[in-house]
Amino acid sequence: MDAKRREVLKTGGGVLALAAVAGIIKPGEALAQEWNKAAFETKSVAETVKALGGSGSTLSDAIEITAPDIAENGAVVPIAVESKLPKTQAIAILIEKNPNTLSADFDIPSGTDPFVSTRVKMGETSNVYALVIADGRYFHAVKEIKVTIGGCGG
Amino acid sequence: MADPMRIRANMTGDKVEVKVLMSHDMETGLRKDAQGKIIPAHFIRNVTVTHAGKTVLAAQWGTSVSRNPFLHFRFRGGRPGEKVAITWLDNKGENRTDEAVIAGG
Repeated sequence: MDAKRREVLKTGGGVLALAAVAGIIKPGEALAQEWNKAAFETKSVAETVKALGGSGSTLSDAIEITAPDIAENGAVVPIAVESKLPKTQAIAILIEKNPNTLSADFDIPSGTDPFVSTRVKMGETSNVYALVIADGRYFHAVKEIKVTIGGCGG
Repeated sequence: MADPMRIRANMTGDKVEVKVLMSHDMETGLRKDAQGKIIPAHFIRNVTVTHAGKTVLAAQWGTSVSRNPFLHFRFRGGRPGEKVAITWLDNKGENRTDEAVIAGG
């Protein structure tokens, strides 16, 4: 997740979107997008940070995780992350005890608020990390969410 | 073909508030069916939101985003009447693009 890759991703996406709008290529063909397989296969927070291009991250109180303390249904756990760090470039949601740690990774272009809200599955009670890349540096916040009924397995 | 997304794009102050509900199973590849066979993973991997030819949000997702994914974010630079387009692409190459018109605040 270095700056260069992000630039390529941004530019590529824009060009492809334009081409799709212009009818030059069909939507399906325009969508050969990058997906960081290695990062989504990581099994720990440290591994995920590394797979996303960092060497470590600093705990920051400028990142706020909004999520329930107790999730009755692990299949649908609402999580919102807001960063007050200047030049926030990316926000990732990591669930430490899920089979794969990384849940979602959002690129935040300039002009977009450093805020995302989504819903994730949690297999069991776990720490949830919000990893933020701001001005090329890595920061995180952490919150424990207790899960009554897990939402990952059968 | 997957069902259309439900998209709301509303002005709040000078920002466009976007809320999206996608229709997708988001199978993890860890669940088994009644016969004990693994249900193959089937999940959205990329989500791209564009406005006026510019990407306003790009996401990569894993299998642990919930079934029928929800997404909420905000961006600057949009005006009422303009369009926001959202595209998702899953691990089987299936994809869907839907648009919404930005509503006034």
